[in-house]
Amino acid sequence: MARIGLHNVRHSYVSAPAEDADWALKHMDVEWQDGGAYALLGPSGCGKTTLLNIISGLLTPSQGTVTFDGVNVTATPPDQRNIAQVFQFPVVYDTMTVYDNLAFPLRNRGVKEGSVDARVREIAGMLDLHATLDERAAGLTADGKQKISLGRGLVRSDVNVIMFDEPLTVIDPHLKWVLRSKLKELHQRVGATMIYVTHDQTEALTFADQVVVMHEGAVVQVGTPVDLFERPQHTFVGHFIGSPGMNVLPGQVDGTKVLIGDTAVGKISKDTVFSESSDKIEIGVRPEFVKFASKGVPVQVTKVSDAGRFQIVETRHEDSTIRVLVPEGKPVPSEDAKLAFNSAYTQVYVNGWAVS
Amino acid sequence: MANKTENQKAWLFVLPVVLLVAFNALIPLMTVVNYSVQETFGDNVFFWEGVKWFEQVLNSERFHAALLRQFAFTGTILAIEIPLGIAIALTMPRKGPWVPVCLVLMALPLLIPWNVVGAMWNIFALPETGLLGKVINGMGIDYNFTQQPVAAWLTTVLMDVWHWTSLVVLLAYAGLCAIPDAYYQAAKIDGAGGWAVFRYIQLPKLKRVLTIAVLLRFMDSFMIYTEPFVLTGGGPGNTTTFLSIDLVKVALGQFDLGPAAAMSLIYFLIVLLVCWVFYTLMMRNEEA
Amino acid sequence: MSLILKDVVKRVGAETHIHPVSLELVPEGFNILLGTTLSGKTTLMQLMAGLEHPTSGEVWFGGKNVTGVSVQKRNVSMVHQQFINYPNFSVYENIASPLRVTRMARGEVDDRVREIAGLLQLSPMLERRPNQLSGGQQQRTALARALVKDADLVLLDEPLANLDFKLREELRDELPKLFAGRNCTVVYATTEPSEALLLGGNTATLHEGRVTQFGATANLYRQPGDLLSAQVFSDPPINVATVRKRGARFQLSEHVSWPAPKQHKALSDGPYTIGMRPHLISPVRASKAAVEIEGDVLITELSGSESVIHFDLGQQTWISQSHGIHQYEVGERVAFYADLAQSMYFDREGKRL
Repeated sequence: MARIGLHNVRHSYVSAPAEDADWALKHMDVEWQDGGAYALLGPSGCGKTTLLNIISGLLTPSQGTVTFDGVNVTATPPDQRNIAQVFQFPVVYDTMTVYDNLAFPLRNRGVKEGSVDARVREIAGMLDLHATLDERAAGLTADGKQKISLGRGLVRSDVNVIMFDEPLTVIDPHLKWVLRSKLKELHQRVGATMIYVTHDQTEALTFADQVVVMHEGAVVQVGTPVDLFERPQHTFVGHFIGSPGMNVLPGQVDGTKVLIGDTAVGKISKDTVFSESSDKIEIGVRPEFVKFASKGVPVQVTKVSDAGRFQIVETRHEDSTIRVLVPEGKPVPSEDAKLAFNSAYTQVYVNGWAVS
Repeated sequence: MANKTENQKAWLFVLPVVLLVAFNALIPLMTVVNYSVQETFGDNVFFWEGVKWFEQVLNSERFHAALLRQFAFTGTILAIEIPLGIAIALTMPRKGPWVPVCLVLMALPLLIPWNVVGAMWNIFALPETGLLGKVINGMGIDYNFTQQPVAAWLTTVLMDVWHWTSLVVLLAYAGLCAIPDAYYQAAKIDGAGGWAVFRYIQLPKLKRVLTIAVLLRFMDSFMIYTEPFVLTGGGPGNTTTFLSIDLVKVALGQFDLGPAAAMSLIYFLIVLLVCWVFYTLMMRNEEA
Repeated sequence: MSLILKDVVKRVGAETHIHPVSLELVPEGFNILLGTTLSGKTTLMQLMAGLEHPTSGEVWFGGKNVTGVSVQKRNVSMVHQQFINYPNFSVYENIASPLRVTRMARGEVDDRVREIAGLLQLSPMLERRPNQLSGGQQQRTALARALVKDADLVLLDEPLANLDFKLREELRDELPKLFAGRNCTVVYATTEPSEALLLGGNTATLHEGRVTQFGATANLYRQPGDLLSAQVFSDPPINVATVRKRGARFQLSEHVSWPAPKQHKALSDGPYTIGMRPHLISPVRASKAAVEIEGDVLITELSGSESVIHFDLGQQTWISQSHGIHQYEVGERVAFYADLAQSMYFDREGKRL
C-alpha cells in the first residue's frame, strides 16, 4: 500500500487551454496517507472521473506530478502502477469460476499455484465468497460480482491503491448497506489505501474518513463528515451536503458583527480582512441550526412540508428563502415570525469561501 | 365484452404475416412433400409411391458423394472464415476517421450479386486471360480450375472466403464494439496479456454474435448454388457439384420431381438438425 | 376528472402481476404509488394509461368506462424514469411534438411551447438537441412534453430516480407547483417514502401487486392500517419485533420493558408485534421515557445531515436514524435509546391496534 501524492496537478482536454473553463481539473495539490479511506464527491462533470483516471494512469495530466510513496509515476502506464479498480458495472470473467476469477491476477503474474490457492481462499473467506468458489462467475448476482471485482484487487499483495468508481450503482437499494458495511470492515482489516468516487453523499460520507468535495474542476473542501456538516468551507459544500442543504443569504459585516438586515446573527474575529468593497458577503446556516424565536431575523412563513419525522418550513426574508427544520408535531407560526440562528454554526462566506 | 373485440382485432394485424409465411414457406413445402411421395410422368398425372424416393435417395452413391462434398466445403469455409473474420475485426480501428472507410470496404463484397461474384471469379481465375490465373501460372505453378479438381476446389473456397468473410467481420466488429471499456481496463489492472484478453473477455463476449455468424454461414454455404454454378458449373466432372447443384440437375435436368423433392426434404432436415444441435450446444451454458 | 379502478386484475401467463385492485384517484394533488421495485407500480400505471388492458375488472375515467379503449384515444401523457426524448429533434420540437399531431395552428403551438419551456426553465436551450443537455434538463424536456398537451391524466413513473441527489431535490420542489391549477389527474410512482411525504396528496402503498392501503399521504404515514403498509412506508426500514404484554407492561426481552400506552392498556396479555420507526431510536438520549438497548454497530451510514446506524441485537438487526453526524466503528458496542412506547402496535395478523 502506498501514500499517494498529487502535486500541482491540472488537466485540460483542450490542446491549448486559454480560459478557466477549459480546465477539467483546475488545480490539485494533496497528499493521501497510506491506508486511508478517501472519497471524491461531486456532481457529474465536476472532474472526479478525470482525477480518478489520472491516479490510475489512464490519463496523463497536462501539468503536475503524481507520486506513489514519493516515487514519480506520472508517466507510468496503468498496468505498472499496481492499482486495483472496482467499476460501476461489475466486471467479471464470465467463462471462469469464482475461484479462477480471483486467481487470475496472481496467475498472470506467475505466482505459484500453492500460494495462489492459499491467497484466493483467504480473500474468498473475507468476502463471504467461499461457498460459491466453484460456481461460474456469470451466474452470480450483482453484489456477488462486485465482490469478485473487489476480490481481484485484494488478492494481490503489491497493490498500491484500490479505487472504486460508483461501485454500488447496480446494487439493490435494500442490499446497499450490507455491502457498505463489508467495505468498511475490509478497510479496517486490510488497511489498504482506498479511493471511492461518487456523486452520492451517503456513499462518500459513509465510506470515507476524509472526503474530497469537488466542484467545477476544483477541490472546495477536504474534511471529515463532521467538518462537511458543521463547518462547510464553501457555500457549495453547504448546499451539496445535507438534505435540505444549507441556507445561504446575503449579509453584512459591521466591525466584528455579522448582520442580516439589522439583526446580528454572529461574530467574526477582528483580524478578518476584507480586501474589496465589491466582495460578496453571504451568511450560511443549516436548517437544523435555525429556530423560531421571540426575537431575531424577521421572516414570513411561505410553505410547510411534512417530511414525516420533521417539517421543512420555508420562510422568506426580503428576497431570500430560509429553510427551518422543525421536529414532527411541533407548532409552526402561521405567518410573520422571527428566526434565531445558532451562532456556533453560522458561517460568513466571502465570494463563496468561509472566513473564520 | 370490450376485451373480446380487442383480442379479435389483434388477429387482423397478424394476418399479413400468416399469409406471407403460408405463401413463402408452408405452401411450397407442402408441394415438395406432395411430390416426394408420388411419381409423375408429366401432364399432372401422379401415382402414389410412399417412401420409395427417400429410400432411393438415401441409398444412392451420388447423393452420398454430394453430401460429403457439401460437408467438406462448408467445414472448410467455416474453418477459414470464422477465425479470419475475427482476426480482421480485431485489427479494425474502434474509433477515428478510418472506421467508416473500413466498414465500407468490408461491406463491398456483400453488395455484389451472387451470379456476378461467380462470373467475376470465373474471369479473374481463367488460366490464360484472368489476372489470378495468369499470375499463378506465371509463377510456374500449373493451375487451371476448369480442368484440375484441386484447383477448382481451391478457387471455389477462395471465392466464398472473399465473398462472405466480410459478414463475419462485421458481426464480430459489432460484438467487439459492444464490450465496455471497463473490461479492458480491468484486464490491464489484472495484468492480463493480449492472448488472455482475447480468450477471457473478447471471445466470451463474442459468443452470441459468433453463434449467429456460424449459423448464417452454415446455412448459406450449405445451400450454395449460384456462385459455383457460374464459376465451375459443378465440374470438372462432379468435383464441385454440391447438394443444390445436384438437386437442380435431378429436378430440372432429368425432371425427376419425386427424387428431387425427397432429396430437398432430406437436405432441409439436415440443415435444421445441424443448426439445432449447434445452437443448443452453444446456448447450453448460457442459462446456468 | 377522476380515475377509478374496479377490481382490476392483471395476469401474464400463469403469473399474477396485479391482484384485484380497487382505487379511486382524485383530480386534486398527486396520487402517489409507493412501493419497492417490482411491487407493481409500473404495471398499474400501464393499466391506467391503457398501454395494458386488465385481465378482468374495469377502468373508469371521467365517468366513462374506458377499459378497452386504446391509449391513443385517451388523453394521457407519461414520463418515465429514463430520459425519453426524440434524439433528432431540438428541445423545441420535442416539446411541440404532441401538439403537431393535433393540427393546432402554428402560432398557438409556438405560444404553448414557449410558455411551458419558461415554466420548466428550458427557454435558453430550445434549439439544442437532447444529447447536449444535462440529465436534469433532459427530464425537464420530457416533463414539458407531458405538460404541453393538457392531458387529462398524467403518469409520472419515478421521474426523478435517475437524477443526481440535489437535482432531485430541486425538481421535486417544483413539481407540485407545475401541476397546480391544471385540470388533470396526476399519478406519481416512487420507491422513496420521503418523496411521497414531501409531495403530499394521496398515497397508495403497494406490495407484491396489491394495494395495501390508500389515503392522504401524511395520514397513511402516521396511521398505517397494518404492518405491511407501515413497512412499505418506511425508509430506512421500520424496526419490527415481537413483544409480550404482561399486565401493564410490554416486554421486549428479559431486561427491556416499558409501560403500555394508555390506549393499549386494555389489551389482553400475550404476544404482539411492534413497528418502530428508526428515528425513534437514537444514540443520544432524547426523552426520559426512552429505554436503553445495547447493540453492536454493523455500519454507520451518513447522509450528510443524518446518521443511520444498523446494529445487531443478537437475534436481529435494528436501525437507528438521528440528526447530525454520529460515527461508530464497525463492531463497536453502543447504547441506543429507544422510545418504545411510541411504537406502532400490531396484532398477530399484522392489523394495527
